[in-house]
Amino acid sequence: MAMEPLLRIGVLFLFLHLSVLVNSSPSHHLQIINAERRIDLTSHIIKVYLTLKVENLGTSPTSEVRLAFSPAEAEHLAVVKAAVTTGKRKKKTYVPLDVKPVGPPDGPNGTKFFSVTLLTPLGKGETTTLEVLYILTHSLEPFPVEISQSESQLVYFRDSAILLSPYHVKQQTTFIKTPRSRVESFTVVEPTKRAGTELKYGPYDDHTPYSYSPVLVHFENNNPFAVVEELEREIEISHWGSIQVIERYRLTHAGARHKGVFSRVEYQTRSGASGVSSFKHLLAKLPPRVHSVYYRDEIGNISSSHLRKDFLKSELEFEPRYPLFGGWKSTFLIGYGLPLQDFLFESPDGKRYLNFTYGCPLSDTVVDKLIIKVVLPEGSKDPAAVIPFQVDQHLETKYSYLDIVGRTVVVLEKKNVVPEHNIPFQVYYNFNPIFMLAEPLMLASVFFLLFAASVAYLHVDLSIRKS
Amino acid sequence: MAVTTSTPTSPPSMAQDLLNSLPKTLKLKTKQQELLIRVTTLGLIYILAFITRLFSVLRYESMIHEFDPYFNYRTTLYLTEHGFSEFWNWFDSDSWYPLGRIIGGTLYPGLMLTAAALYKILHFLRFAVHIREVCVLTAPFFASNTAIVAYFFGKEVWDSGAGIVAAALIAICPGYISRSVAGSYDNEGVAIFALLLTFYLFVKAVNTGSLSWSLASAFGYFYMVSAWGGYVFIINLVPLYVLVLLVTGRYSLRLYVAYNCMYVLGMLLAMQIRFVGFQHVQSGEHMAAMGVFFLLQVFFFLDWVKHLLGDVKLFQAFLRITVTGAVSVGAIALGVGTASGYISPWTGRFYSLLDPTYAKDHIPIIASVSEHQPTAWSSFMFDFHILLFLFPAGLYFCFKRLSDATIFIVMYGLTSMYFAGVMVRLILVATPAVCLISAIAVSATVKNLTRVVRAKVQTLQSGSGKGTSASKGSSKGVIDNSQPFQKNGAVVLLLGAFYLLSRYAIHCTWVTSEAYSSPSIVLAARGAHGQRVIFDDYREAYFWLRQNTAPDAKVMSWWDYGYQITAMGNRTVIVDNNTWNNTHIATVGRAMSSYEDEAYDIMRSLDVDYVLVVFGGVTGYSSDDINKFLWMVRIGGGVFPVIKEPDYLVNGEYRVDKGAAPKMLNCLMYKLSYYRFGELTTEYGKPPGYDRARGVEIGNKDIKLEYLEEAFTTQNWIVRIYKVKPPKNRW
Repeated sequence: MAMEPLLRIGVLFLFLHLSVLVNSSPSHHLQIINAERRIDLTSHIIKVYLTLKVENLGTSPTSEVRLAFSPAEAEHLAVVKAAVTTGKRKKKTYVPLDVKPVGPPDGPNGTKFFSVTLLTPLGKGETTTLEVLYILTHSLEPFPVEISQSESQLVYFRDSAILLSPYHVKQQTTFIKTPRSRVESFTVVEPTKRAGTELKYGPYDDHTPYSYSPVLVHFENNNPFAVVEELEREIEISHWGSIQVIERYRLTHAGARHKGVFSRVEYQTRSGASGVSSFKHLLAKLPPRVHSVYYRDEIGNISSSHLRKDFLKSELEFEPRYPLFGGWKSTFLIGYGLPLQDFLFESPDGKRYLNFTYGCPLSDTVVDKLIIKVVLPEGSKDPAAVIPFQVDQHLETKYSYLDIVGRTVVVLEKKNVVPEHNIPFQVYYNFNPIFMLAEPLMLASVFFLLFAASVAYLHVDLSIRKS
Repeated sequence: MAVTTSTPTSPPSMAQDLLNSLPKTLKLKTKQQELLIRVTTLGLIYILAFITRLFSVLRYESMIHEFDPYFNYRTTLYLTEHGFSEFWNWFDSDSWYPLGRIIGGTLYPGLMLTAAALYKILHFLRFAVHIREVCVLTAPFFASNTAIVAYFFGKEVWDSGAGIVAAALIAICPGYISRSVAGSYDNEGVAIFALLLTFYLFVKAVNTGSLSWSLASAFGYFYMVSAWGGYVFIINLVPLYVLVLLVTGRYSLRLYVAYNCMYVLGMLLAMQIRFVGFQHVQSGEHMAAMGVFFLLQVFFFLDWVKHLLGDVKLFQAFLRITVTGAVSVGAIALGVGTASGYISPWTGRFYSLLDPTYAKDHIPIIASVSEHQPTAWSSFMFDFHILLFLFPAGLYFCFKRLSDATIFIVMYGLTSMYFAGVMVRLILVATPAVCLISAIAVSATVKNLTRVVRAKVQTLQSGSGKGTSASKGSSKGVIDNSQPFQKNGAVVLLLGAFYLLSRYAIHCTWVTSEAYSSPSIVLAARGAHGQRVIFDDYREAYFWLRQNTAPDAKVMSWWDYGYQITAMGNRTVIVDNNTWNNTHIATVGRAMSSYEDEAYDIMRSLDVDYVLVVFGGVTGYSSDDINKFLWMVRIGGGVFPVIKEPDYLVNGEYRVDKGAAPKMLNCLMYKLSYYRFGELTTEYGKPPGYDRARGVEIGNKDIKLEYLEEAFTTQNWIVRIYKVKPPKNRW
């Protein structure tokens, strides 16, 4: 795919902290010469690739380009990334740009803005090409809302045929890719063309700012709508050489709700035609050198899982206790241990830091609410988290084995997390290695006291009567 | 502690003494050596008793087993989460819908309180364990403690050698392990410890006449009452024992103190358990203890009068009058009490113990439980192995050296052996007695034999060591008679004894790992290529219920699965393993054995949303609902005469194939078990709809459901759940 490099370097760009710009640049001085939008509907995570060719018509140079989203889109927006291409055709490189949500005032009809900060201000009459990727979740609406076991899942997708933009758009095209060629219906905004799994809207010429032309696509999508309603990842650091991770999942099938009978006979014998939208297999990508993996839930171990390990990654293939049909839920937890030296480092100023991956290890899932808890060893001080995007942070205290003062827990919460959020983050803290000895010394002294007490007991006669 | 009282070290200037004797102390004295060996052995037995019960955790996982433990686990969880007073006043609306159950008033809280206390202690010591792990390991922990109590008991009854042997035997005895493997979180796990502790403390009290020991035994009894309904055994065995001592002329003031204190205090303490309440003064099962209590007073009074009078003739007359008076007053009191209903008659369970055939005729619900069946010889052999032969030998030794303590252990052994014969599960109660008595046999035999073997060595070495001089003297005479044969014979016998004991150890380990470590929630089988296949269908179904049904959904199933559904599925059930209301269970039995439309009315009246059946036709799992079905018919028919057992049988034969009775082929249970089963080929070379559990092709393959629909069936079809459809609209 053409946009692959964009994803790869997207990791880099999120580290960049460019200076904040004043968001009062006059918008009507820009014009979009050409806009191409490719909407990928193959999974339940919608990816939109947007290529914008922007021209500055105004007199003063500007370095801010605004992206507009309808309120419904803004609500389900998980990621917005932008990059600018440099170099010629063959040696194209993408340089990531800083993207920030713009606070009120909103545009007409509650349009929300994101501002892209260009690397160099765009001078008068200059043009630049922006590559934008944004990801939407929960934007496919199943219709019919309830389906039976033998039916396949149909969903609605709503968008606009015309790009919502605060700028004048000279020419634009929109491509919509559906997972299979079965499309029940779609809104026609001439010129509209459909070929196989692709739907083409446009090209349209000259649309004024904030033009909108709603379209509705009704198509078949049997991909697993795996949504983790809440994921709590607890990363416990022990300086004795291991990191323990416990991930508590609340998984649900967010597609069309299952209706009526669940027949095991049909599910077993006619697997191609029965329960096509249900899913059973899940895949978690775990770090390499993972050990002591377990997979269980509130009522015990779940035996249907396989672990594959190699040098670069470990993959845990597992199944919930039962296949998940629309609306069915399952909760479970996965736990594993990791070698400490792969994730804990010492920074030049003497602080320790944990370098771990944010996000959810499950492939192709949306996490509505992700809570990461980093449990620092007892006695560590001044925790500070460095995360390339906005999260809610607070501190907690946890008591684990043989703790007296409790361990500091750094809690990081984020809503609407998609696989694109699987990028490293760091937690810095100060730790004095002397605290490592506290627990062994405690245990040793208990045993010492026990033996001392029994020695004393054997040598002291406590009876009142002299026999 | 009895161990330390025998060490004769009480030096006045200890520090100096220690310094002086430092080189000497490295070389231990015989007594210290003995102490060291004994303590080490006991420590090893303690560990052994624990780890031999961990097979189930290694083979499967750390989980709660079987049926009743799930209730115990659920209540323990509630106790740790909500605190004691909430737990004590808990009205559980999740079971016995629509009646509910007052948990605090209908359970023995000892187990839950113990586990919760262990949990609290561990958390106080900063061990962040989960309550489930505590529950899973409670039974092995108490088994270890039982072994220690067995040591002290054996020491009290015979000597410390017998004590150690008893501890070792009971640590691995399958009869006890069957109820105390890790995960078997049931009342018995703690109760056997409490039972043995009570008995030990009582015997100790009788032997010493000490008020403190009998006080301790009263508290032991209180713990037992709080833990298990089997306390009735104590409250009947102890008076029986006292009576026997009275009859055999072994009455003493020690006995008087021990029994009175234990009975009075124990009774008052036991009344604090709400489930037991005033039964100690109101129930027929407890009257023997009270009768003996009054009898003891009469005895004491007579003794006192005899002491005062001194005139034999006058005393004889007085004796006659008092005894007649006392007996008649007692008889009248009992008669009036029973007639007026103040004293409740014996319960069915009690009757069925005295008369094994009683339950079969009168209470099918008790007879239907497999662990209430009379014991087969093979299970005695399986659970006791060589102890079965050592038991009579031990009895012989006990009779040879009769004392108050040995009389007790003999009575305990004989009565509990009888009960073990009546009910399979009571093998558990007999196990400590059998182990103790066998230990006496082993210990006495080995001691005698080693004495014979060692005697010659001592004579050759011109005998040193004052401790053995007495035994040397006695054995010398024997040796002189037929020295070579006797010594060789003794060696052979010793080797034989060790061989037998090692066989016992091997047998116990084998039984534990093969037979008693299966959680019965997870089934394991061998696949075609020898690999282990796990059937986790129960948990699959329960977890489905928990996650995907309305939180207030009511589930109807046979009572066996009630506790599991509430604990793992977290849903309301109609009946469960508590079986306190026979009519309610009979209603469910009736629904299961009626036609679908009749059953629908019953289910509507009980607000049932889901029906759960267990079906083994695909996997060949034989303890499924179709095989239990006749009990449902019997229990249902016991209350509702509409249900008649012969309707489901053909010529007295129970079958599910084409020749089955028409009512059988169309009753709800049959339909739910075999719904759409006719389309499935279960075994290669067999027609579709071949039931592997019963080995027949089913008789009704075209099953239509009108009022229910299939909601969920597990992967191997072991659990099938149906949804009860809402009534049709009238228009």
